[in-house]
Amino acid sequence: MRRNQVAVVGAAETTELGVIPRMSQIQLHADAALNAIADAGLKLSDIDGLATAVETPQQIAHYLGITPTWVDGTSVGGCSFMLHVRHAAAAIEAGLCKTVLITHAESGKSNIGRTPRMIGPDSLNGQFELPYGVSTPASMFPIPVLRYMKTHGITHEQIAMVAVVQREWAARNPRATMKAPITVADVLNSRMIAYPFRILQCCLVTDGGGALILTSADRAKDFPTRPVYILGTGESVETPMVSQMRSFDSSRAFAVAGPLAFKEAGIAHKDVDHLMIYDAFAHLPLYGLGDLGFMPHEETGQFIADGNTRPGGKLPLNTNGGGLSYMHSGMYGMYALQESVRQMRGIAPAQVPGARISVCHGVGGMFAASGTIIFTNER
Amino acid sequence: MADAARARPKPTPETQHFWDGTRAHELRLQRCDACAHVYFPPRPFCPACASRKVGVFKASGKATLYSYVIHHRPVPGFTPPYAIAVVELAEGPRMMSNIVDCPQTPEALELDMKLEVAFEALDDSITLPLFRPAKD
Repeated sequence: MRRNQVAVVGAAETTELGVIPRMSQIQLHADAALNAIADAGLKLSDIDGLATAVETPQQIAHYLGITPTWVDGTSVGGCSFMLHVRHAAAAIEAGLCKTVLITHAESGKSNIGRTPRMIGPDSLNGQFELPYGVSTPASMFPIPVLRYMKTHGITHEQIAMVAVVQREWAARNPRATMKAPITVADVLNSRMIAYPFRILQCCLVTDGGGALILTSADRAKDFPTRPVYILGTGESVETPMVSQMRSFDSSRAFAVAGPLAFKEAGIAHKDVDHLMIYDAFAHLPLYGLGDLGFMPHEETGQFIADGNTRPGGKLPLNTNGGGLSYMHSGMYGMYALQESVRQMRGIAPAQVPGARISVCHGVGGMFAASGTIIFTNER
Repeated sequence: MADAARARPKPTPETQHFWDGTRAHELRLQRCDACAHVYFPPRPFCPACASRKVGVFKASGKATLYSYVIHHRPVPGFTPPYAIAVVELAEGPRMMSNIVDCPQTPEALELDMKLEVAFEALDDSITLPLFRPAKD
């Protein structure tokens, strides 16, 4: 895909984040969509492309009153919205539509009007994983981490630092769910969920949503906000069964999607001013740093423990507080994208001064899928 | 009996041979006749070379502990804390399982420890392949 041909011209989250018991999931979609429409200075009738996940495009189109000529219902978990951005950029360039709305919402905490997630007993997951006592993502997503630690020489304290550093970012963000400072000892003494991970290494469970509006870069200058251009994109999938990953030393989906985006963007890692790596659990930023090529996996733990990703560090990472401290409704990728857009607009609560390039990397399922979007505010 | 409510697999035409095997206390894998790739989970073609000429064979039942979590939350059929493991079979493929006849602790569950298959009947038709520390 050509660089900087498509831009984000509208971006917003739901009016509230956290616990929203008076709103159903589809209304959270609408709340985010209407906020993004207002942010872009558009009317709903201006939208001719629509992408969403879990909910179908027809549900969202009908509820909002949109008549699209292009839809994308790609639903590969929490990084679906990274894939939507990539697909939307291609569709806009191909002339299939002009103005795309991407919505996410999840009543992850209050569970109102939520789409059920079922694993059939005759599916491969149902036959070859479910009988061994997996249940929530917390029981599955950390399964690879002990192997990763042994192979790469990563310590429990280094992984605990992921949560500590992200709490430092969250403390700067008025909308973050968890703001009180924590220490490595706090993390390693918090309630055990699934060894080796304790509750402070697991994502939050909240309600919320977000929406993005994309259009061609040529039109983007006519919008009220600073355009945020799509510089590079990548996507891939591996397996819905965490047990069947090629290796636990690395994520194949990450290692395909990330480098693809860097190649398309034509940038080097030293060019990156701001980084988001979807952190459903505390090991994901380590996998991301290694698989996206920032450094060998052996160095990821020490890199974070040394403070390189904290406020003032050389590689600001998960600057909204992440899924561990900002919010996590179930499909967090949309919130990572929102923070990248805020950073590129220069309006983030914990703004990285002068940031010009932001890399936003998402995961879907338990390393099952991945999407990477590289943004810039310079065309 | 806690195990009564454990999630029960439902075989499909492509996986029936595996579950017939565990019921007969055999761990059955598939091997490609064309490229010799050994694979799991079951399917009637080779995921490495796409050949439909594949055979079923009895695996050794030997494995090593690849990785795991020790789950501390309640799940139907399980008494926490219990380990959810991924084992690496001697023939190459990996599979999820539980580790039995072993304390469910980080001290007892050492990565790369030698394991052997242990069959546990859920009912008359379904037997699960679990693993225990190898005797030798």
